[in-house]
Amino acid sequence: MIPLLGLVAGIIVGRVFGVSAPEWLAPYVPIAVVAALDAVFGGLRARLDHVFDDRVFVVSFVGNVVIAVLLVFIGDRLGVGSQLSTAVVVVLGIRIFSNTAAIRRHLFRA
Amino acid sequence: MPETERASILSRVWTDLLAPRGWRVDVPVFVLTLALGLGVALSVRSDQGVSGLAAARQDDLVSILADLDARNASLRQGIASLQAEERQLSAGTSADALTAAEQRATELAVLAGTVAVHGPGIVATFADPQGTVTADILVDALEELRDAGVEAMDFSGVRVVASTAIVAAPGGGMLVDGTRVQQPYRLSAIGDPQTLQSALAIPGGVDDAVTTSGGGARVAVLRVADVQITSLATLPDRRYARPDPSATKDGP
Repeated sequence: MIPLLGLVAGIIVGRVFGVSAPEWLAPYVPIAVVAALDAVFGGLRARLDHVFDDRVFVVSFVGNVVIAVLLVFIGDRLGVGSQLSTAVVVVLGIRIFSNTAAIRRHLFRA
Repeated sequence: MPETERASILSRVWTDLLAPRGWRVDVPVFVLTLALGLGVALSVRSDQGVSGLAAARQDDLVSILADLDARNASLRQGIASLQAEERQLSAGTSADALTAAEQRATELAVLAGTVAVHGPGIVATFADPQGTVTADILVDALEELRDAGVEAMDFSGVRVVASTAIVAAPGGGMLVDGTRVQQPYRLSAIGDPQTLQSALAIPGGVDDAVTTSGGGARVAVLRVADVQITSLATLPDRRYARPDPSATKDGP
């Protein structure tokens, strides 16, 4: 319930107040979102496994976001930004899919 | 069984996923998911922005710029070639094409004998008091003049064209394209006078043939600075052949 509330509240705040990311951060917001989604799905899975730990969740969330953005940032400096961001999205996407598969198995035993 | 299963799913969703866990857990989770929602809103907004260019990275911008440059260059090339084509077409239609067509029509009219012509040439008079000059000799004369590059001929008032026939008329004289003519025959020809004259005078040629035919026949060839040919040939009606513009090629 709380994560859902947070998500909806965040979207509403972003919409209503029309905040926009600072110029230097704007290119990295989508990557950060994907990394955060990975952490959220990991957290859901951990909850279903009864191994959820708030510290682990916070660290993995922040760590995921920071590392993903840092990787793409460094890639931009090195001139391989688009390739690295593709790599990051692919890896995170695979993780999201495997997490959702585990969640599905937990809930539906299928 | 399905009922209890659904109930167990719902209860597990509630207890494992949705139920609050106390502020120590819920506050950080709320804060982080709030940030995630903010990020989603931000990235959706920036996608709707200046067609995503503002959010694009430098690499992407460079490649987009390169694409646009290439496209620009190819479009410029297209403009140039189309403009050249337009110039060619607009220049070709009115003036040049009309002049060329008129010139061609005039040349064809001269060849077909449908216009009166004048110019330098010769006038050959065949005197044939005894009727000894045959149609063969006269046709030979026409052929010799054609070989010599004659451009227009008139035989005693009948325009000579490609299809002209000369046959001996019963009772003397000649039938030229069905028109009866009497001696002395008068052959006017337009072309280079020197060449035409020598074409008739070659040894064993027309001149000799007329002279040796006996009966006092003679050929008198005069070079004339301005031969007038006013007789016209009538074009035969085409009954079967039809022009085929699609297959017509520009001749030399």
